[in-house]
Amino acid sequence: MIELYLFLAFMIIAAFIATEIKDLLAAVISLGAVGFAVAIMFILVQAPDLAIVQIVVEVVTIVIFVAVIFRTTHIDETIGKKLTGPHVFSIVSFSFFALLFLIAVINALQELPAFGNATMKVASEYIRLGLPGTGGANLVADVILDFRALDTLGEATVLFTSVIGVVALIRSVGRKK
Amino acid sequence: MKGMSLIVRTITTVIIGFIFIYGIYITLHGHLTPGGGFAGGVIVAGALILRILVFGSEPADEKKSEIRTSIFESVGALLFIGIALAGLVIAGTFFLNFLPKGIPFNLLSAGIIPFCNIAIGIKVGAGLFSIFLALAAVKYVVKD
Repeated sequence: MIELYLFLAFMIIAAFIATEIKDLLAAVISLGAVGFAVAIMFILVQAPDLAIVQIVVEVVTIVIFVAVIFRTTHIDETIGKKLTGPHVFSIVSFSFFALLFLIAVINALQELPAFGNATMKVASEYIRLGLPGTGGANLVADVILDFRALDTLGEATVLFTSVIGVVALIRSVGRKK
Repeated sequence: MKGMSLIVRTITTVIIGFIFIYGIYITLHGHLTPGGGFAGGVIVAGALILRILVFGSEPADEKKSEIRTSIFESVGALLFIGIALAGLVIAGTFFLNFLPKGIPFNLLSAGIIPFCNIAIGIKVGAGLFSIFLALAAVKYVVKD
């Protein structure tokens, strides 16, 4: 379990760097470090399906980010300016509410069952019925494409809608010219 | 889009076929090994994006292949919902696993799950690639 917390600390540091660094290419690389740390954590808790998806999605996202940065600009000019009164006030108030939220979260987490002991019985039913019920050796595929295929249809619809949105928005820009 | 240097081109020539085949393998073996339609589709899209980034392409070609990938994406989505409707027509339940289960750990087993994986793989791969092509086409519009 300790390695999970180490990766969590690494991710928090990398996320801070990604938001605060001036060079946008370095920020994208830090973002990639966060994504790959998530992938390693998935492998550590024995979820290779999610790890594969996380790695390939992270790679494609970074490629698109880097392609955009090479075509626009490297430097984020909003970072590194002197803090003014409103900024200081917003940082202080945000930290205060983040602290309150964290105290509440710690109290809530005490009530959760221990790691790996789910309260719901549905997961053990999936494990029991997975191979005899569907014939698929990969339990994740059994769940997402047989037991809960309707959810997968919804997810595919979300992707379809986003692709239609991107293509339609960018094409309308192209038509005006 | 402009291409990259000779070293990158040579390495990509060697590697890109393997990436493509790996994506297809992940999609086809989704019901046996980790992975599945989504991961395999993203890997295939990554291979296609790598080709565009490394070897470059003409704006006219990009527009043509954007239309083609949009058709592929729609075909994938229709295939997926067609499998679901086939369950409704043949056995009376939406998304029912109506095909024979087969022997576990064989490539042709688990009923409709491999076919759903193929449909999702086509859909995700074509969808991500068409997003990339749409974003790549913007540059020329802004430049003109």
